Amino acid sequence: MAKKLRKKYISSGPMPVPKWENVLVVGAGIAGLEAASQLLSLGYKVTLIDKASYAGGHVASWHKLFPDRTDASSVITGLLSSIAGATLLLSTEILSVHRLGEGFAVVLSGGETLYFKAILLATGFSLFPAEKKEEYGYGVYNQVITNSDLEQWFNEGNDPRINDRKISSVGFVHCVGSRDIKAGNPQCSKVCCITAVKQAIEIKQHFPDAEVWCFYMDLRLFGKKYEDFYISAQKDYGIHFIRGRVSEVSEAIDGEVIVKAEDTLNGRPVKIKLSLLVLMAGIISRNDIQPLAEDLSVMMDSDGFLLSRDNITGITRSQRPGIFYAGTCTGPKTIPESLAEARSAAIDIHNYLRGL
Amino acid sequence: MIPFGFSLSPSSVTDLDKVDTRRYRELLRLEPGAATCIGCGSCSATCTSSAWTGMSVRKVILGLQRGRDVEVDAMLRGCMLCGKCTMVCPRGINTRNLILAAMRISKEDGK
Amino acid sequence: MIYQGKQKIWSDYQKEIPDDHWFYVRSCIRQNFFPASEKYFLGICRDMLGKDIYETEHHTTCGGIAYHSDTIPQETAMTIVARQFALMTEAGYENLVASCITSFGNYTETLETWHEFPELEERIRENLWKACRREFKKPRYVAHASDLIYKFRGEIAARAKYQLVDRESGEPLRVVEHIGCHYSKMFPHKGVGGAEYPCVLSGMAEAWGGKVIDYPERRHCCGFGFRQYLVKANRGYSVSNTHKKFESMEPFHPDLIITNCPGCPYFLDRWQYVISEMTGKTYGENGYGIPVLTYEELAGLVLGIDPWDLGLQIHQVAVEPLLNKMGVPYDPETKYLGLDRKDIMKPGLPTFLKCC
Repeated sequence: MAKKLRKKYISSGPMPVPKWENVLVVGAGIAGLEAASQLLSLGYKVTLIDKASYAGGHVASWHKLFPDRTDASSVITGLLSSIAGATLLLSTEILSVHRLGEGFAVVLSGGETLYFKAILLATGFSLFPAEKKEEYGYGVYNQVITNSDLEQWFNEGNDPRINDRKISSVGFVHCVGSRDIKAGNPQCSKVCCITAVKQAIEIKQHFPDAEVWCFYMDLRLFGKKYEDFYISAQKDYGIHFIRGRVSEVSEAIDGEVIVKAEDTLNGRPVKIKLSLLVLMAGIISRNDIQPLAEDLSVMMDSDGFLLSRDNITGITRSQRPGIFYAGTCTGPKTIPESLAEARSAAIDIHNYLRGL
Repeated sequence: MIPFGFSLSPSSVTDLDKVDTRRYRELLRLEPGAATCIGCGSCSATCTSSAWTGMSVRKVILGLQRGRDVEVDAMLRGCMLCGKCTMVCPRGINTRNLILAAMRISKEDGK
Repeated sequence: MIYQGKQKIWSDYQKEIPDDHWFYVRSCIRQNFFPASEKYFLGICRDMLGKDIYETEHHTTCGGIAYHSDTIPQETAMTIVARQFALMTEAGYENLVASCITSFGNYTETLETWHEFPELEERIRENLWKACRREFKKPRYVAHASDLIYKFRGEIAARAKYQLVDRESGEPLRVVEHIGCHYSKMFPHKGVGGAEYPCVLSGMAEAWGGKVIDYPERRHCCGFGFRQYLVKANRGYSVSNTHKKFESMEPFHPDLIITNCPGCPYFLDRWQYVISEMTGKTYGENGYGIPVLTYEELAGLVLGIDPWDLGLQIHQVAVEPLLNKMGVPYDPETKYLGLDRKDIMKPGLPTFLKCC
């Protein structure tokens, strides 16, 4: 059987690659960049657009990446160097799309109309707006920040909410806006548990005398080396883990915040005063994706993310020919997962165009 | 006092700012593995004496973290040092050493 | 505390409060506990502001106390509510204003239930017709009386004779605001300012010169909790909850507490006496308690109504320290004289709580 297949493959010879085809990649985050790079090496002409004025998406504003504490900026720099042959259009949006023959006529916000044979959506995610969980007081209490704010502080070091007070105790609230049906997001955001562990360690390195507490519902640490990271947080950094969801946050007279939760393993409520509380805002679907999805006639799943043809074997394929997905536009993913999906989507597009 | 027929109920809230964790810190010094407990409960499930005495290594560790020394002392008295908990702990905590250390700290406290 | 953050949340929870023409439903218990509050609500709205507020002697209890203490089923409670709606319809009104928070909650809950289960509304209409041959239209707006006073807070401030300001120091008085649970905890969008940071009372306190205290147990129940108090065996929980609030607000040295529920001011007031007898502890200055007022009483004081006409002598906690701070004149000799100058008798004095 194997021999027969091999013979057939060899006898048919290498397929001619249609090098002139144009592919549009929407979103210049890590998935878009990686897919663009792969498509370029397969011989396609790639146009990469992003709404933002910079490439790299959410990762561009992150500091270090779990589990090896890799520099986020080095990942972006590496990806950017591999898309040298692509046309990168920043601050650019799609105004309208029309199917034209087997391809798409796309009007961009720059005014130009371009023709593409395939479109890859790598539109990414939104971070849950933490102020929606009113009981946690983000935007109301100075002592409450988000995971994203903390990364920014690691990068720039100029957040008065951290700099202007003595940091003696820090709390991390897992699952803020994730696994939360009332907030409209039943999905697990996947990356926040391990991000909390990473940030807790980094906080401990910045403030060695501070007590650091993680409040979790479940610890969902699934990836390579994540468990080692967790053990290290417990053993080497003395970070406390309390299994219980924070119920409410209020301000104490001395300017710290009082956090209430249940210590479920102990079967009792707990309260604690903290100088800083970090909310692990989760990955949710982009709130501005719907108009684009309608324009392209692709559907949205019940969780608000883009609907794949199949969640096991066809996650990178939409239900429309010529439109593909990569990265977090179809659901929360880690960086390696997004990158792997971007490569997979590039191959999918290649096979699709070859078959036209 | 006026006999109202009811009184202020004691609060069950653990105030983590006021918990005395001296014993737990001492335990960590003697058995650093205590920090890696994930509360899975294998130790209690396999414990020879748990069903009769309430002994639970998990609860001993948590109890010391939360300053519930009296309950911990009562639990420790139930341990027969059979070592089954050491065999099942997924984090490889030396529970025998942990229990002996907790007993030593308790004895030094004179409780 | 970021004040703008709260304002942002408040802007999300603004409810429409019509300016005029209201059908007023009184509370079952407020006229005993706070004998002049409802009178002065009408006095302020009708006589001072010239609003059309109608009430009828055919109005009964809303059934809220029985409903929340599990002695009548919801269907019965809804039929009682339907009858009040029928009275309103018969009188030609469309806007319902309730004096009681639990009534407000009950009306709102009934309407929301009917919205979700229209078949239930049909059944209740049938029940009402069978029981008393009445029909009704649903109110267009349901408000709590504190919503109206909130709406008119500016008009009251413009006519104020006294301010919530310490006459000697010139500092704003420190006000604890306590919102009844049934006001917005069930339906945050039905309350001014939502459930986490309601501003219906803080808006009044600030408009009249006071400064609102944001103490940690601000959101906590007053301790009434219906079954917590109504069943004597549970009464310890009731007083324990109130105790928890007082312990939490104590470091902020509040000058007064303002409430919008029938139960809350009663329990926050009377339990101060019980706690003092149980523990020997008092929470005001110099052995006094912290005066607890309804929003109508506070509005009345600000407008210069005589404190004894407002019924403040009925409170357990002496209001004199507050009157002295505000500079409100009062005659200690007439404190226990009724409207007809009849001696209403002096109460016995507590062991620890200083009362006059």
